[in-house]
Amino acid sequence: MSTLWRSLRAMLGALGRTVLGWLAAIGRVGFFFLDTLSHMLRPPVYGREIFNALLNVGWLSLPVVGLTAIFTGGALALQIYAGGSRFNAEAVVPQIVAIGMVRELGPVLVGLMIAARVTSSIAAEIATMKVTEQIDALVTLSTHPIKYLVVPRVLAGLICVPLLVAVGDIIGIFGGYAVAVQNLGFNAAIYLINTVDFLEPLDVISSLVKGCVFGGIATLMGCYYGMGSGRGAQGVGRATKGSVEAAAVLILAANFMLTGVFFSL
Amino acid sequence: MIRMEGVTKAFGDNRVLRDVDLEIEKGSSMVIIGGSGTGKSVALKCVLGLVRHDAGRILVDGQDAGKGDRDAFLARFGMLFQGGALFDSLPVWHNVAFRLMRGALKRPREEAREIAIEKLRRVGLKPDVADRLPAELSGGMQKRVGLARAIAAEPEIIFFDEPTTGLDPIMAGVINDLIREIVTEMGATAMTITHDMSSVRAIADRVAMLHDGVIQWTGPVGDMDASGDAYVDQFIHGRAEGPIAAVR
Repeated sequence: MSTLWRSLRAMLGALGRTVLGWLAAIGRVGFFFLDTLSHMLRPPVYGREIFNALLNVGWLSLPVVGLTAIFTGGALALQIYAGGSRFNAEAVVPQIVAIGMVRELGPVLVGLMIAARVTSSIAAEIATMKVTEQIDALVTLSTHPIKYLVVPRVLAGLICVPLLVAVGDIIGIFGGYAVAVQNLGFNAAIYLINTVDFLEPLDVISSLVKGCVFGGIATLMGCYYGMGSGRGAQGVGRATKGSVEAAAVLILAANFMLTGVFFSL
Repeated sequence: MIRMEGVTKAFGDNRVLRDVDLEIEKGSSMVIIGGSGTGKSVALKCVLGLVRHDAGRILVDGQDAGKGDRDAFLARFGMLFQGGALFDSLPVWHNVAFRLMRGALKRPREEAREIAIEKLRRVGLKPDVADRLPAELSGGMQKRVGLARAIAAEPEIIFFDEPTTGLDPIMAGVINDLIREIVTEMGATAMTITHDMSSVRAIADRVAMLHDGVIQWTGPVGDMDASGDAYVDQFIHGRAEGPIAAVR
């Protein structure tokens, strides 16, 4: 009996420690976010850093976002056509490609690509700066690391990712259009009319809001893990891996919640 | 004047600093010696507020280092980091002029660049280095750029963290001489941590030995060889036998 009781206690203890660990991590991320927000609202503003971050997060992500979207849009058209033909609904390809790209695949795929490209690079860069004492150097030069390193990157995420999502949505729809018109025999004009007519403002708004939230998550996670990096190459590696994992999971969780908020009303 | 009174710092169970008392006179050069992992860097970082001490007080010119305007406090300091800690993404001149391009000491860009080039020249680097990236420089040149950055805003207090680590003896000698010259020229208060005895003899007015989290001995550099302290004696002569365990 006592052995069973001890095992049960050990199990509950481990469970409790895990839950407390999770709560502590949520608390730390929450405080990091609030700290970032407070610095975002106070001067000074580092314009050059913000410009560089906009360039890195936005402009330089365009090729990967475009390629991801066009292939996904094309594949989506093929899948919907094949699936729809089972119950004579091939004609819904334009509408489902549009709604699928704008509401779900556009924001999620762009968010995940940003997590892979931007979150990892932010985490690795800041973690390396930490390991090589560059963050301490910033402090001794009277420059707050959150204001100088984190705020520009998070701002860039909040501004650029919705725009990337919009671009991704358009390119994805174009990918579906190209496949439908070239391979599946759809009329080009009717395809476009069906796409435009079917989309509602809420679809586009939800897509952009998701992009903004995912951009914030992706850049914040990169900065958070970078700033909290351990020592040496292993510390940088762990920070980079952790940032991408956290960003990807949080983006998917946020997507579920935002979809609920927008479309289950 | 910098005064540390009963400063303690622990990381978990590891008590790195235990009741450290140390005083550095204004305009003097204090060198803290001690083996690796004895808390020298932590002591230095505590003064700057990069590491928060657990107990005790740190006073700079009578004012508590942890209170008051932090930017104004840090503006009084310059620091040369062990590895240089130069910002990889910025050209050399921008690294040197970093403090002069933002905050209370902000100057126009061209003026900041001119000051940076002048400081680079002061540490023996040619102006053509200014537009290179730190990664394109040798270790000795990076150290000099770090030194130029530390003195760019002409601070009252300069910290040097292992200034000669990783350099060949000749370059180490050059850096030591530069530090001594600059500190004397600027009339700055200097605090250096090192375990390089040639640095100690070149840079120090006074020496403090930190071992096991406490100041074992402190005195003028001239008295160091005849300190009569077994720890100092073992350390400065690099002997394996003595009160300091060789394996820590």
